[in-house]
Order: sequence, then C-alpha cells, then structure tokens
Amino acid sequence: MKTWLIIADVKKDTLRQVTFEMIAKAAELGAQDRLIVAALGHGLTPVVNALENAGVHEVWAVDDERLAQYQPEYYASVIDGFVEKADADFVLFAHSAKYRDVAPMVAARKNAALASDVIAMTYEDSQVIVTRPIYAGKAFAKVALQGKPVMMTVRPNNLVADQPATRTASINTSALSTDVTLHTIVQEVVERAVADVDLTEAKIIVSGGRGVKSAEGFRPLEELAKVLHAAVGASRAACDAGYCDYAMQIGQTGKVVTSDLYIACGISGAIQHLAGMSSSKVIVAINKDPEAPIFKIADYGIVGDLFEVVPMLTEQLKQRLVNA
Amino acid sequence: MDIIVCLKQTFDTEAKITVKDGVILEDDVTFIVNPYDEYAIEEAVKWRDELGGTVTVVSIGKERAQEAVKTALAMGADDAIIVTSDTSLDSSASAKALYEVIKERTFDLILAGNQSVDQGASQVAVRLAEMLGIGHVSTVVQLEVSDDHVVAHRDADGTTEIVKGKLPLVITAQQGLNEPRYPSLLGIRKAAKKPIEWLSFETLVPDIANVSKAKEVEVFLPVAKEAGKILKGELADQVHALIDHLHADKKVL
Ligand SMILES: Cc1cc2nc3c(=O)[nH]c(=O)nc-3n(C[C@H](O)[C@H](O)[C@H](O)COP(=O)(O)OP(=O)(O)OC[C@H]3O[C@@H](n4cnc5c(N)ncnc54)[C@H](O)[C@@H]3O)c2cc1C
Ligand SMILES: Nc1ncnc2c1ncn2[C@@H]1O[C@H](COP(=O)(O)O)[C@@H](O)[C@H]1O
Repeated sequence: MKTWLIIADVKKDTLRQVTFEMIAKAAELGAQDRLIVAALGHGLTPVVNALENAGVHEVWAVDDERLAQYQPEYYASVIDGFVEKADADFVLFAHSAKYRDVAPMVAARKNAALASDVIAMTYEDSQVIVTRPIYAGKAFAKVALQGKPVMMTVRPNNLVADQPATRTASINTSALSTDVTLHTIVQEVVERAVADVDLTEAKIIVSGGRGVKSAEGFRPLEELAKVLHAAVGASRAACDAGYCDYAMQIGQTGKVVTSDLYIACGISGAIQHLAGMSSSKVIVAINKDPEAPIFKIADYGIVGDLFEVVPMLTEQLKQRLVNA
Repeated sequence: MDIIVCLKQTFDTEAKITVKDGVILEDDVTFIVNPYDEYAIEEAVKWRDELGGTVTVVSIGKERAQEAVKTALAMGADDAIIVTSDTSLDSSASAKALYEVIKERTFDLILAGNQSVDQGASQVAVRLAEMLGIGHVSTVVQLEVSDDHVVAHRDADGTTEIVKGKLPLVITAQQGLNEPRYPSLLGIRKAAKKPIEWLSFETLVPDIANVSKAKEVEVFLPVAKEAGKILKGELADQVHALIDHLHADKKVL
C-alpha cells in the first residue's frame, strides 16, 4: 500500500478546484492506497469541512496565525513535517504561486524528484510517469520519477478522473509547533488590480493584445468576460504597453493556460503567445488583419475590428441568455 | 557585494521545436541566454556598480554555453565558471552541480532566473538555496540591496509581496525586474579577456545516478492545430454563427 499526500490549494479561506482534481486522480490511481489531504493556513475550518467528504481517508490541517500569509520557510517546514509523518510515497501540490515556490524547497530537503506543471499522470509498476510541457508547451515530455517520495506540482484543469471518490475522512487539526528561523519575511502584501476570475483555472478566457490600444480598450473585453464568467488575459505587448497588469500575461514568459474556450482579440499570434494558450480546446480569433498568424491555429476566426465585434458578441450573448 | 549569477543557455524563444527519434533536434536552433537570467545579470551588474564587489557567472551545460556566458561578460560580469556536461541534466542534478561550485566560494547574493524557458521548472535556484542552507525570494520584480539585507517585491499571482531578507540569499528574477542592457562594443571587446574557468560535471558530481531523480522517457509534439473556419458574411451573422458553433458543435458555451 502506498501513501498519497495531497497538499490542498488554499486561497484565502477557500479551496481551489485543482485540490479536488488531485484528490480524484489519486483516488483513481491509488484505489487501494492511503489518501491524505493536508491543508495549512489560518482559519481553516471551512476548508477542513469542505475536505471531509472529498474522498480521502484523512484530512490533516495545521492552522496557525503565522501561516495566514505565505512565508516560504514556515510552509516548507510544515509540509516537510507532513511528508515525514505520512511517510508519503507521492506528494501532490497545485502549480500555483506559493506551492510552486515551496515544492522545490521540500523536494530539496527530502532529496526527492519533483516534476513541475504536470498535466497528466499514470502509475505503472509502482512507478509514476507524468507528462509535462517543455519549451513552454511547444513540446511535451513524459518523465519517470524515481525514489521516495516523488513530488509534483499539478496544473489546474488538466487531471481528469473517471469519477469523484466518496469517502468520509478522519480529521486531525494542530497548531504550528516547529521553531523555524526565517531568513526572509513577507512584510506586506499589496493587492494589484486584476480581475476576479483566476486565469489558470478559468474555463473561458477573453484575451486582449496590442490591438485593444489602451487600458480603456480592455473595457469591452471585460464586459464580454462578465457575460461568459470568463477571466481576462493579455499578450505581452498589451502588458508592456501598460494597458494591463503583467499578472494577466499569457505565453512563454507569462501564464500557460488550457481553457475550454480562448477568445483572442487584437492579438497577432506570435510564437511566444501561442506557447501559452494553443492547447486550449477551442480558440476564437478576432483580428482586423486576415493574414494574422493567430488565424492559423484558431477554430473560428472573425476578420474585423474588435471594437465592433466584441460588443456585438456581448450583446448577442446577452440576448440569447434572456431568451433561453 | 560579491554576486553569483546562475545562467542557463536556452533555445531562442522563436525557435520551432522538431523531434526526431524521440529527441529534440538542435540543428538550426539559435541559442540565447535564458531570458529570465538576463534580468538576473542586469540586476547583478547594477548592484555591483553601486556597491562594489564582483559578479561571477556560473553555467552548467554543453560547451556551447560559453556563447551565453560571453554575453553575460559583455554585459559587465567579471568572470565565469562553466561546468560542462554532454548529457542533459534534471533539476536536481543541475542544482547539485551549482551547489558544488558555489559552496567553495564566498558570496553575498545569488541571482538566478525564476525559470528556464526550456524546462520551465522553477526548481534549480530554489533547490540551490536549500542545499546552501540559505533563504530565497522568487519571482522578484523589484529589488533593493543594502549591505546585509534586501527588500524584494515578489510577484505572486496578482498580488505583490514585499519581502525583507537577510543576506546571503538567492533571488530569482521575474520579467519586469529591469530592462537588460545590450552588450556594447567595448563590453564585447573586454569580455574576450575576462577569465572563464572550465570544470567537468563528472568530476564535480561523480555519483550522478544517485543525484538524478527525473528521467525523460518520451518527448513529443502537441497535435498540430489546424486552421479552422474564417466566418463570412454580414458581421452580425458571423457573430450569430460563431455563438451557434461554440454552443452546438463545440459545446463550450
Ligand atoms: C523572450 C520573449 C518572451 C516573450 N514572451 C511572451 C509571452 O509570454 N506572451 C506574449 O504574448 N508575448 C511574448 N513575447 C512577445 C511576442 O513576441 C509578441 O511581441 C507579442 O505576443 C505581440 O503581442 P500582440 O499580438 O498583442 O501585438 P502585435 O503583434 O502588435 O499584434 C497586434 C494585433 O492586433 C491587431 N489589431 C490592431 N487593431 C485591431 C482592431 N481594432 N481590431 C482587431 N484587431 C486589431 C493587428 O492586426 C495585430 O495582429 C515574448 C517575446 C520574447 C522575445
Ligand atoms: N544548467 C544551468 N546552469 C546554470 N543555471 C541554471 C541551470 N539550470 C537552471 N539554472 C538557473 O535556475 C533557474 C531556474 O531554472 P529551472 O529550474 O530550470 O526553471 C534558471 O533561470 C537559472 O538561473
């Protein structure tokens, strides 16, 4: 019997969906194994409640004021403790800002394999084989992970399991006990102005490029996004020009996304941009230049002025929603 | 302020990837300094100029890595160490080699990229910090260095964390940290005379089998996306057709 340790992706006091994707995959691959989900943070009661019936055998939580804000050395120490106590064979993290920072710390401490940004996973002859993008998604590698434990960070929206697991877990909550010297300390957190829907988890993304021409120019895209419950993304040119925050950048040096629907507005389709979005299921391009390379990978293209097309799309969608 | 920069040579971000017999071909590929490492070099040179000291570049890779190293020297780094390895290394092996080189030296600050654009792992620099037993701040977009500490602005998914850290530290650079300079002609000429020390990975890390943890078993390209449909007709009809397709055919709405 193997032990799977899933580190819950806690954002404020909620769980990101990827947590359940990881649990479902672990339950599928390790049907006979021991499944533990562990959360760390502060004010975790709602999180623990949500995990109780998520399909694992045990829920562990370390709830402490000092974990309210991500501090790498506290987090690494607590997670290291989880791995140790579980005697884990497999450790799964979400590929999001804090866990992708802390995972290599724990991997180094445990002298363990770590695969980042995993999009698929199989388990053959007690060896875990993961698929991950290389060259920012221009290619993929299947990687065999060796030793114990093996670790991975998992990209949201990608692991699919046949069915959700049903199980009620035992719960074990404790406080931070370790004494850790901090070399670095997060002193202040500044929220920047970015949209509410999380880019990496979004099912639908409306993305703008240099063609939106100004910060104002993102408004029609935001309107469309609102109707679709979509996140708003951007090309690097739009970020560089100061039309939007860099957190919105999609591509080789930005976020890599795999949405169900990606609507590119005023984006030419440079290879570095395609690297970040071309594995989306359905791509729509709106561009006034019929020669724009984005049309070569788009499922549907509209040649036209985005300031005409996007509001019309929003309007028609609204109409249909009313009629539906 | 003695600063070490970890530099990886990578494929140009424009490069098209071709796979033959399960390996990625390197013919016709232009190699560059990993773009994030360029920010690291720029930042290192800037603080060296302000506070005095040296900038040493360390790179693990094939012999051709010296092209990238020379770019860093031309940008203003003082000297370099290249650890050659002909086999491709996983993150823990690269980190181990960097550790073996760096543990012998005195330094105040290590600058690296937040990820390499080929592996995209964001592991090597953080693993290195752990092996050295020092702290790190990753994905930094603004940095203030003084004698014994730094204040760094860390980019964390739409929020900025302002982090204070005690030196020595590892800092990893995120896009936006600075505007890397182009090497000047004078810089290029000077670089030719700057010292490069060559080491071999095998001597540095004799037990590679124990160090490597991740083995690539297959490399493949994504299924090529075919150009789809350019919609035709009156704009309102195009938009109408688009919604129909997305709803009925693709079921994404
Ligand atoms: C190392 C490196 C890393 C990079 N990383 C990234 C990355 O992560 N992400 C990224 O996106 N880029 C990245 N780039 C930049 C990339 O090469 C392109 O420069 C960038 O993607 C171009 O953005 P764009 O398509 O918005 O702008 P442009 O190429 O200028 O295209 C603008 C498009 O808008 C269209 N347009 C203009 N007005 C309208 C209108 N009114 N209606 C409809 N269409 C209109 C034009 O026809 C044009 O096709 C990187 C580059 C390098 C060198
Ligand atoms: N072979 C290498 N030689 C020197 N530095 C490296 C090497 N590989 C990775 N690094 C450093 O570690 C950073 C993160 O790389 P990675 O973990 O591969 O995403 C890079 O931006 C470099 O600064």
